[in-house]
Amino acid sequence: VSLPEVLLSVMFVGLLAYALFAGADFGAGIWDLLAGGTRRGAPQRELIERSIAPVWEANHVWLIFVLVVLWTAFPGAFAAVVTTLYIPLTLAAFGMIARGAAFAFRKSITTLGMRRFLGGGFALSSLVTPYFLGAVVGGVASGRVPPGIAAGDVVTSWINPTSALGGVMAVLVCAYLAAVFLCADARREGVEDLVEQFRTRALGTAAVTGAVGIAGLFVLRADAPVLFDRLTGRAAPVIAASVVAGVAALVLLRTRRFVAARAASGLAVATVLVGWAVAQYPYVLVPYLTIEEAAGGRATLLAMLVALVAGGLVLLPALVYLYSLFQRPEHEPEPEPSGNRAGG
Amino acid sequence: MTGFDLIADAAENLYPARMQMALSLGWHIVFACFGIAFPLMTVFTEWRGHRRGDAQLTRLAHTWAKAMGVLFAAGAVSGTLLSFELGILWPGLMDRFGEVFGFPFVLEGFAFFIEAIFVGVYLFGWNRLSPRAHMLSAIPMIVSGMAGAFFVVAANAWMNNPTGFDLAEDGSVVNPRPWAAMFSESTWPQVTHMLLAAYMVTGFTIASVYAIGMLRGRRDAYHRAGLLVPLTFAAVLTPVQIGVGDWIANVVADNQPTKLAAMEAQYESTAGASLSLGGLYYDDELHYALEIPYALSLLIHHDPAGVVPGLEEFPDELIPPVNVVHLAYNTMVGIGSALLLLAAWFAWAWWRRRELPRSPWFLRAVAVSGVAAIVAMEAGWVVTEVGRQPWIVYGIMLTEDAVSPAPGLFLGFYAVVVIYVLLTALTVFVLRRLARSPGTPAPQEADARPPDAHTGEVAVK
Repeated sequence: VSLPEVLLSVMFVGLLAYALFAGADFGAGIWDLLAGGTRRGAPQRELIERSIAPVWEANHVWLIFVLVVLWTAFPGAFAAVVTTLYIPLTLAAFGMIARGAAFAFRKSITTLGMRRFLGGGFALSSLVTPYFLGAVVGGVASGRVPPGIAAGDVVTSWINPTSALGGVMAVLVCAYLAAVFLCADARREGVEDLVEQFRTRALGTAAVTGAVGIAGLFVLRADAPVLFDRLTGRAAPVIAASVVAGVAALVLLRTRRFVAARAASGLAVATVLVGWAVAQYPYVLVPYLTIEEAAGGRATLLAMLVALVAGGLVLLPALVYLYSLFQRPEHEPEPEPSGNRAGG
Repeated sequence: MTGFDLIADAAENLYPARMQMALSLGWHIVFACFGIAFPLMTVFTEWRGHRRGDAQLTRLAHTWAKAMGVLFAAGAVSGTLLSFELGILWPGLMDRFGEVFGFPFVLEGFAFFIEAIFVGVYLFGWNRLSPRAHMLSAIPMIVSGMAGAFFVVAANAWMNNPTGFDLAEDGSVVNPRPWAAMFSESTWPQVTHMLLAAYMVTGFTIASVYAIGMLRGRRDAYHRAGLLVPLTFAAVLTPVQIGVGDWIANVVADNQPTKLAAMEAQYESTAGASLSLGGLYYDDELHYALEIPYALSLLIHHDPAGVVPGLEEFPDELIPPVNVVHLAYNTMVGIGSALLLLAAWFAWAWWRRRELPRSPWFLRAVAVSGVAAIVAMEAGWVVTEVGRQPWIVYGIMLTEDAVSPAPGLFLGFYAVVVIYVLLTALTVFVLRRLARSPGTPAPQEADARPPDAHTGEVAVK
């Protein structure tokens, strides 16, 4: 395993974390959109809000991490991707701004009209952002991004069958992950009717995702034959593992073991992305640019490896702390401050 | 010029791309300042509150923590757009030099991650952690905020003073050395200048909010503390900032002579150069300016006879827009000096009487100091960025060679204008609400309310 491969793998782990954690946050926004009228949807919306409020900013940073590793370690490939695909990426960035701002500010506002406007903004941008990101993946995976600055077609690189498939799958996967995550959150809060609602949604979304996935294979065979051959060839074991994990998740959902269902669902989604990576290997930009060719200088890669290991050692305990604190209940509101409290 | 001409002109991507970047950076940097400096002021107030058993101070700290959450959210989303824009607008820069100066951004990624996590912990843990654990949870937030500023400004310092690589015969980059690139000669002065600016912007702005409250008659202990704590931070650091300004000007003089000449609007290379204030630069000369004899040579060389190179030494196409840079520089220094006077007034009254100056003009001055500090900081960035033009990497790569040629790119500028107008309106609206009703939750807090009345007992368990 070469140094560039190690760094690309670390970047890919960041991408997986973004897909799983931020993906679930996006999905929660999609369910917010579909929760129904102001009064009827209120319990669901409040559960969604409590589930993602403390973690969404941290989850979002995985994307920044992916971007900075890409542009430092693989600057040429980064420049090619972001210039050819600048339209969906700009729209995704706008979606992230709208979603973050609307979500952040919604709860600080009490007037119904403004809340509806911001709630709508949050939910709608949660739907379109994963679509554009999925379309970007589709453009890269189907070999529509040649090396060079804005060398590809800025329109057909993301308006094409594979990109459409990527976008739709991204939306479905986000919605599915969110439904599964919300089952466990609702269970922890003891809100059984919400547990049942999100369980039904998880099962339904899983069925749709599976159907689109199977139909998608035909799309890929016609539109991206190289990707299709490799997905059904050398990546077949990974895709098979994804199917097994997906089925296991369904069984766990049916038997209401939500924490295990979370893990199985995460695995099912992660393996789809790993399958894409295996199918692309050794290319960063299929079929033009390999990992070795795209990599930056060795001193840079070494410095990054050191930084990533050291940073990871700081970051992981902090993340674990955040997620575990989040499970902790609140005690008395506004504890009475007194002189000796600071001491002990 | 008709609207059609405007769009046709804009089809050249360079100008709209520069405006888009300026707007995005100029917006983000205000919120970044609060991300850097607000945590320390907040936790300091929280600590004093616990220490003195002063519920007012604890309440003040909680309100600030929520405001910090709102500002952090706005900063985080605008920062995300910037990381896209670096590649989308300036692919020539990232393609050629990403491996040289991208490294500090990787470190900034970690710093920002830690800060995001602990902003969440700090706000979410307000009633879930013991006071001591809660205040300790602020330390990573304070450290990572300042570290993040270091990394981003280090990347900018590299653009001003590129080091840590070699150029081959054909102009391609060889032998990138990311650690050396991160510590160019410009890094420490720029970072120090920015960190102090962040504390000044935050301190004066927060103080100005409470000064306005006091001018409207709310002269209780709560408002007094809300003015006193941030104003003290800002006032103590303002004289330090003036000294650091001298340091950074000297580094610019050594490394970016065209930028320095534009800052001073100096055409002829002169010994015993005078310092020019204001004025308008045209026909290779500065008109209507107030001149202070020998002051420029004194400032730059600490010698009244020192020679300051002027714009005549450089070809026209390599000279930045002189008026913009010169007036921005004067604005920054002028406001900085006014803030120094305000700080001195405050210090004198405090030293004599342990009390704020009694004059209503003091409160009025504090009330405008926040906006003034922000204007000064923005003017400083205009000096840095416009003063570097036409280079994106000083002396090595022109900005026009870095911009993306992608068709339609200029439309992004118009979209970004609309988005930032909306975002600004929303942020101001929410912060005003927060100021009026402190019970308003911050974005990182979860509602304590259960989702449904009949499940309440279970949900709060």
